Amino acid sequence: MKRVSLVFSLALAASLSAQTAHAQALKTVKDRGMLSCGVSQGLPGFSTPDDKGNWTGIDVDICRAIAAAIFDDASKIKFVPLSAKDRFTALQSGEIDVLSRNTTWTLSRDTSLGANFTGVTYYDGQGFLVKKSLKVNSALELNSASVCVQTGTTTEQNLADYFKGNNMKYEVIAFVGADETVKAYESGRCDVFTSDVSQLYAERLKLSNPGDHVVLPEVISKEPLGPMVRHGDDQWFDIVKWVLFAMVDAEEMGVTQKNVDEMSKSDKPDLKRAFGTDGNLGEQLGLTKDWFYRVIKAVGNYGESFDRNVGAGSKLQIARGLNQLWNKGGIQYAPPIR
Amino acid sequence: MSIESRSPPPQFAFRLKRALGGRAGWGGFALQVVFVVVLIWIGYEIVANARLNLETQHITSGFGFLKNTAGFDVSQNLIPYSGSDPYTQVFLVGLLNTLLVSVIGIFFATLIGFVVALCRLSPNWLLSRIGGAYVEAVRNIPVLFQILFWYLAVLAALPGPRQSISLFGSFFLSNRGLIIPKPVGEPGLPPFALALLIAIVAWLILHRYARRQLFEKGRSITIWPYALGMLIGLPLVASLVFGAPVIFEIPALKGFNFAGGSRVIPEFVALTVALSTYTAAFIAEIVRAGIMSVHRGQMEAGLSLGLSRGSVLRLIVVPQAMRVILPPLTNQYLNLTKNSSLAVAIGYPDLVSVFAGTTLSQTGQAIEIIAITMGVYLAISLITSAVMSFYGWRISRSLGA
Repeated sequence: MKRVSLVFSLALAASLSAQTAHAQALKTVKDRGMLSCGVSQGLPGFSTPDDKGNWTGIDVDICRAIAAAIFDDASKIKFVPLSAKDRFTALQSGEIDVLSRNTTWTLSRDTSLGANFTGVTYYDGQGFLVKKSLKVNSALELNSASVCVQTGTTTEQNLADYFKGNNMKYEVIAFVGADETVKAYESGRCDVFTSDVSQLYAERLKLSNPGDHVVLPEVISKEPLGPMVRHGDDQWFDIVKWVLFAMVDAEEMGVTQKNVDEMSKSDKPDLKRAFGTDGNLGEQLGLTKDWFYRVIKAVGNYGESFDRNVGAGSKLQIARGLNQLWNKGGIQYAPPIR
Repeated sequence: MSIESRSPPPQFAFRLKRALGGRAGWGGFALQVVFVVVLIWIGYEIVANARLNLETQHITSGFGFLKNTAGFDVSQNLIPYSGSDPYTQVFLVGLLNTLLVSVIGIFFATLIGFVVALCRLSPNWLLSRIGGAYVEAVRNIPVLFQILFWYLAVLAALPGPRQSISLFGSFFLSNRGLIIPKPVGEPGLPPFALALLIAIVAWLILHRYARRQLFEKGRSITIWPYALGMLIGLPLVASLVFGAPVIFEIPALKGFNFAGGSRVIPEFVALTVALSTYTAAFIAEIVRAGIMSVHRGQMEAGLSLGLSRGSVLRLIVVPQAMRVILPPLTNQYLNLTKNSSLAVAIGYPDLVSVFAGTTLSQTGQAIEIIAITMGVYLAISLITSAVMSFYGWRISRSLGA
């Protein structure tokens, strides 16, 4: 683990001392014929490989959508699994073109890392997972508990703030990987496992007896998760940003993976603009006219991706909640394609 | 070229030429200058380019982040630390945790290593086979697996805090670590410490006196009963007069964990045990090689003088063996220190975990943090080497005398 981050740091030092001109990410990706996408080391629902090495998840769908928009082929991707602490260095060094790895959008990350968040793929919050046998009903009863946490995350700081704010004592044990953290929790080294609520549901599935564990009702932080790109390449920033907006807008306009062929022949002006039968919005992004069609054909709209990976159609069974569209009670909102 | 005997060659210029250019003369010197200039230029280009690119990409650089508040907690801190302290304090906490594991690991590795080596060299068949089996088993398994084994297989199998194994109702062993009574200083502590100090100084003086008597007059004086009496008696008298030096805070189960008392966390135990047993296997072989390098005749000569086997080992064989042992032993000490960075695998908060891990990902300043961390390991290693070299110099001096 230490070696990996050392490799990335050296790569960062090397790339920073070698490159001079602004890298044009779109051109680089096209020349390479492949999108390099940083994902997690395996988080069900967000990015996880199956036994054949096929990656799935809501974060993976963002990468597939970008690849589809550029190459019209959602499989032209190299997935780079990254630990929480290596992810930013990998992005800074140019090892990956886009970081789509359940990363919380914060001010300091948006400014000091030399990278930008492009949007919010999932509105999350931090929670606590405990054993049912402890008979704890609220996070406020966790005084003196031992807490397992994954290092290199906003979680560590939220945890410190929450326990300090409520005048409670605790012991923190921080691990590098999510798997080690969960293993320590399961072995009884800690009473509590804390992470983003979506991740708690996902990790609970990996436990030997998921029914023995319960997620406490308190959500102690705002964790808007989204993709990141490097500073200084506005075209690439726009592409990654609008691919996500396209998926959200598609859901709002009722375009799905199934009816996309039909809808692309529609006469409705907003659909004509999106599908490029009217105007050249895709070309303004540096893509092709049919970019919107390609994205939806490859991964479906936002709602479909959500259901398939984390929602009702998945094992995680997470409710849409905040991630519902703005006109259906949630806060997912995308600017119009026009 | 012939040298005229009357006018000696320009000695100074000649020496300078040899020193700077070697056999190649001034041409070689010029080549060296060019080489150094090119090296400096490459280094400058790397640094300047990195700076420029960091600026153009708006990545924060510099060491200003060290003053910012860390905002996260650490499970083991030897100095007072809370989340509202700056990153410099996190750095110190991590550094001390690394040093703690290294120092204690080196102590036990040396101890176990010497014992195993003596076992292997012992004429006793069973002891030598046990020593051999230990070395072969331990040194051939990767150290990371050994750390994980101790952490996940041995220590994680301990019961939870509510079912912890209790000793005298004041020591508790559970999967949260070993909780022991914590000594709290009382008014009687300063006189107690003073009495102990006086006893130790007196013991050292007595020891010197006995040695001098032995070397100069050949008289052997038994001092240990007096020394022991003073070491126990003086502090005892002090505490009888001034009251107990410390009282012990007994840990008690409260909520999820024990409150009060001191705690040794299982991550520390797993790491220290794994590193010291692993390194001990290598040290055992080094010590064995060192002892075997001393000629048989030394041992036989010592025995024929009527010294016991232990005395011969301690006074004659080991001091000579140390000359061979020290350089590779230093290597093992350095290896142990560097291997302590494997702590990240089990969540022990060492320097790599809290500083090159959490701090790095919170600030994103990879170049600065990795540079500091590498510098610290380099400094620790150089200091260790220097201490060992000094020790080696003293040994060879005393052997030469």
